[in-house]
Amino acid sequence: MFHQELTILKKEITLEWRNKTAFNGILLYLISTIFVCYLSFNVRTGQLQVLTWNALYWIILLFANINGVAKSFLQEGESRLMYYYTLCKPSVILTGKLLFNVILSLVIAIIGFVFYAFILGNPVHNIPFFLLAIILASIGFSSVLTLISGIVSKVNNSTSLMAILSFPVIIPILISAVKLSKQAIDGIDTSFMVNPLLTMAAIDLIVLTAAYILFPYLWRS
Amino acid sequence: MRKYWWKIIGATLVFYTIVAGLLMEAPRLAILNETIRALHFHVPMWFGMIIMLTASVIFAIKYLKDGNLKHDIYAVELVNTGIVFGTMGLVSGMIWANYTWGAPWSGDPKQNATAISMLIYLAYMLLRNSITDQQQRGRISSIYNIFAYATLIPLLFILPRMTDSLHPGNGGNPGFNAYDLDSRLRMIFYPAVIGWTLIGVWLTSLKVRYRLLKHDLEEESDL
Repeated sequence: MFHQELTILKKEITLEWRNKTAFNGILLYLISTIFVCYLSFNVRTGQLQVLTWNALYWIILLFANINGVAKSFLQEGESRLMYYYTLCKPSVILTGKLLFNVILSLVIAIIGFVFYAFILGNPVHNIPFFLLAIILASIGFSSVLTLISGIVSKVNNSTSLMAILSFPVIIPILISAVKLSKQAIDGIDTSFMVNPLLTMAAIDLIVLTAAYILFPYLWRS
Repeated sequence: MRKYWWKIIGATLVFYTIVAGLLMEAPRLAILNETIRALHFHVPMWFGMIIMLTASVIFAIKYLKDGNLKHDIYAVELVNTGIVFGTMGLVSGMIWANYTWGAPWSGDPKQNATAISMLIYLAYMLLRNSITDQQQRGRISSIYNIFAYATLIPLLFILPRMTDSLHPGNGGNPGFNAYDLDSRLRMIFYPAVIGWTLIGVWLTSLKVRYRLLKHDLEEESDL
């Protein structure tokens, strides 16, 4: 049933695996950004305030995501897109791309978290919930960025447009992710976290649905 | 007369709210005092903005369905009017907040949400300007318009309600929520909303007519 989607996912992963420069590039970007932040704050491990720690982490993630996920449509040539168009339905393409981007975004977030916690200290008390926040945010980020990158790929001067178009749209997800992870860091009782968790899942759902409805129109042009 | 009666109504209503909003009796509430009159000038801007943006999304959906360029022009001009309303609402709110809250910008969730929605629609304008082909521009910007609106819904209507706001009527502040909106306020507030919306539609229709004429002229000169 999901044969086509999985094929696209496999193709993306194979491409990434063969040409590791892209993935390594994002990884290096992530690590050097974290290190720059560490040096700019000029702190020893574990001295950063929780609020700053949290905000900084999500900002770094946001930029790494924009660099990593954004190229999902930008790197495809015109002729290859045409070839896909003749092969399968737009929703199949979107699902394949989305799956790959969610995985990529998750990998970025988790490697980022490990390295970030290693260098700047780890104040997180409730790690399962923090990971849940990361997963929900990754789904939201990648679904917004996949659609926006599809939009941007149709426009010529696309470097700055990606950030301009996606930042305001991504903010609701970012706000709820920051709030949720702050609660996970503070380690408050889990019963308080159910509500923000549901809100965030709902926002993800809205974004995903909108992406699925709109993508066929984008694909046609 | 048959065609422009609503313009007369709109202008009359706005004129009435300016006079009545400043002169008529208003309820006395702690903290707000006389600034409660800002309700008649500040809040209709948000109603106007949201109505314009919603209408714009409807036209964007219509455009995606039939590809009629007229619908695209409607969508853009409605967004333009929405931005004008949003700016006026933001400025009037900041003037009021400067005296009531002590600072023009206090990071209130509603203020932030508005600033973000302005960013979204300015980005929409930028996106439009960077595409040259008309059909392509219409389709891609319609897609962005609808997508942005879908994410705007949680931002404007859900997230602010989950945190405390400094706005009157929120978080234990004295003010006008659904229960204590005084009938004296209602007499001015609802006409203000209707009046400003009509003015917004008028503004939009003028700009749409201008755009259509320009478009026709361009087509003629192409032939």
